Amino acid sequence: MSQPLLQLDQATIRFGGLTAVGDLSLDVHANELVGLIGPNGAGKTTAFNLITGVYQTTAGTIHFGGRNIRGMKPHDLTKLGIARTFQNIRLFSSLSVFDNVRAATQLHRAHGIRNALWRGIGFHRAEKEVETQVLELLDIFDLGRLRDEEAKSLPYGDQRRLEIVRALATKPKLLLLDEPAAGMNPTEKEALMKLIKFIQTKFQIAIMLVEHDMKVVMGICEKIAVLEYGRKIAEGTPVEIQKDPKVIAAYLGTEGEDDDA
Amino acid sequence: MPSLFNSQPSTALGGAKRWLVAGILLAVVVSLFSAQFNRYYLGIAIDCGISIILAVSLNLINGHTGQFSLGHAGFMAVGGYSAAKLSLVCSPMVPDSLKPLLFLAALVLGGCVAALIGLGVGIPSLRLKGDYLAIVTLGFGEIIRVVVQNMDSVGAASGLKGIPKYTTLGWTFALAAITIYVVATLVNSTYGRGFIAVNDDEVAASSMGINPVRYKVTAFVIGAFFAGVAGGLYAHHKQFLSPTGFDFLKSIDIVVMVILGGMGRTVGVIIAAIVLTLLPEVLRQFADYRMIIYSLIIIGLMMARPQGLFTTGWKKKGVAAV
Repeated sequence: MSQPLLQLDQATIRFGGLTAVGDLSLDVHANELVGLIGPNGAGKTTAFNLITGVYQTTAGTIHFGGRNIRGMKPHDLTKLGIARTFQNIRLFSSLSVFDNVRAATQLHRAHGIRNALWRGIGFHRAEKEVETQVLELLDIFDLGRLRDEEAKSLPYGDQRRLEIVRALATKPKLLLLDEPAAGMNPTEKEALMKLIKFIQTKFQIAIMLVEHDMKVVMGICEKIAVLEYGRKIAEGTPVEIQKDPKVIAAYLGTEGEDDDA
Repeated sequence: MPSLFNSQPSTALGGAKRWLVAGILLAVVVSLFSAQFNRYYLGIAIDCGISIILAVSLNLINGHTGQFSLGHAGFMAVGGYSAAKLSLVCSPMVPDSLKPLLFLAALVLGGCVAALIGLGVGIPSLRLKGDYLAIVTLGFGEIIRVVVQNMDSVGAASGLKGIPKYTTLGWTFALAAITIYVVATLVNSTYGRGFIAVNDDEVAASSMGINPVRYKVTAFVIGAFFAGVAGGLYAHHKQFLSPTGFDFLKSIDIVVMVILGGMGRTVGVIIAAIVLTLLPEVLRQFADYRMIIYSLIIIGLMMARPQGLFTTGWKKKGVAAV
């Protein structure tokens, strides 16, 4: 078995007395689609924030591509290849659709201030390249026609998609999607599932998914980890997870005695 | 409309440098005829140019990058005093033919000292946000003023006198053109979209690989540099510097230009800088009531157009936030 792309080893974060995520161990391999589920407040988004460097672990380690990411800032990790979307959409609301994606392409570009000011041939070539790249990406996701729209004026579903496109523009190896199906109707969810699968095959990247909608998670994920009160209570294929008594207990509660489950 | 100011991604950006050259040439040519101008109007025109430099450079910090700085007068003071001191010390030694070079050196020195101090103030304080940053920069401006007030080598409280009159219309507007060029080209590039991204959502920007601290410090340093240059122009225009001229009211004046022009709107900010520089002069006939009327006009404008006087189109800010 090859080395996992992302490796959480007993990752723990405590806020004062509260252990938001405790001893979480999880491997994500290249091009794998992993779901992270659990009841509200189980620590799923916090786990994302640990992986993306928004929070630092209080104990345990996280390795990405064989590197310990301890102490790295979110923008450093994006350069390494971790991109994400947010539970409550966080687009650059005053920028156009095109510019939202464009802003995310610049981390792989050498040209900085000097080029932007001097505007030599190299600058124009690079800007042209960015434009082609961005438009290509937008077209794949059927957002090309909206390129000049202000991001905040888009319909909700398009905003969600744009956020994914923006994340892909950073050329990630691992894409973290935080509740992408939130607020979607069944048809949109169906389309989203196809979209996620499509991204996985088209871009050949690993995807990690936090999601409440069981149909979405069970439908597309190859592996699922279940969190409850910050701890992993189960991990396995969708079929295994659905049968797992601990998972059923966590979601539905146990019948009669409620001491152990 | 020149593509320079266009926020749309454009392939015609090659024109940007042409606009810069045209602007500088125009300034120099007009300057050749300045002897024929009424000296009062000439003085006001130079004031307008200096205001443009101040407002456009502050716009990079407050408008595009969304950091509320109240320290611009402080940077202007640093630049003004450094530049003035250099030309005061060196001008007796420099032959007349090299005076323009001395002036250039003085302006660059003023800009660089201001930028350096901007870096020193920016790195610790840009971790703060919004009101907190405003208070820190406000404090910084006051510190500068008090330090200058107590420095005998620059005239302390009685001010620095006898600064040679080097500032001309040409210098002022050529530098204004450079300021506009730098800010506009910087922002209108893939790199520069990072400034606006940081303004819109720092957390999201950070997860898109944009280093918010670096962008903020960059904006702060560039803004401080041009404020320093403007200070140098001001010093060699008025030929006299006094610490009281750089109090926080001066910073507020520049902030008002940026807000009135529409945060992040270069053209609007230029117009606002001109209008707000002319307004006190136009109102001079009302003598004692001048500043009251001035304030009332600003209040009225802010109530009528809180998003800025000259904003149009899709890039409106601060209204109907989602």
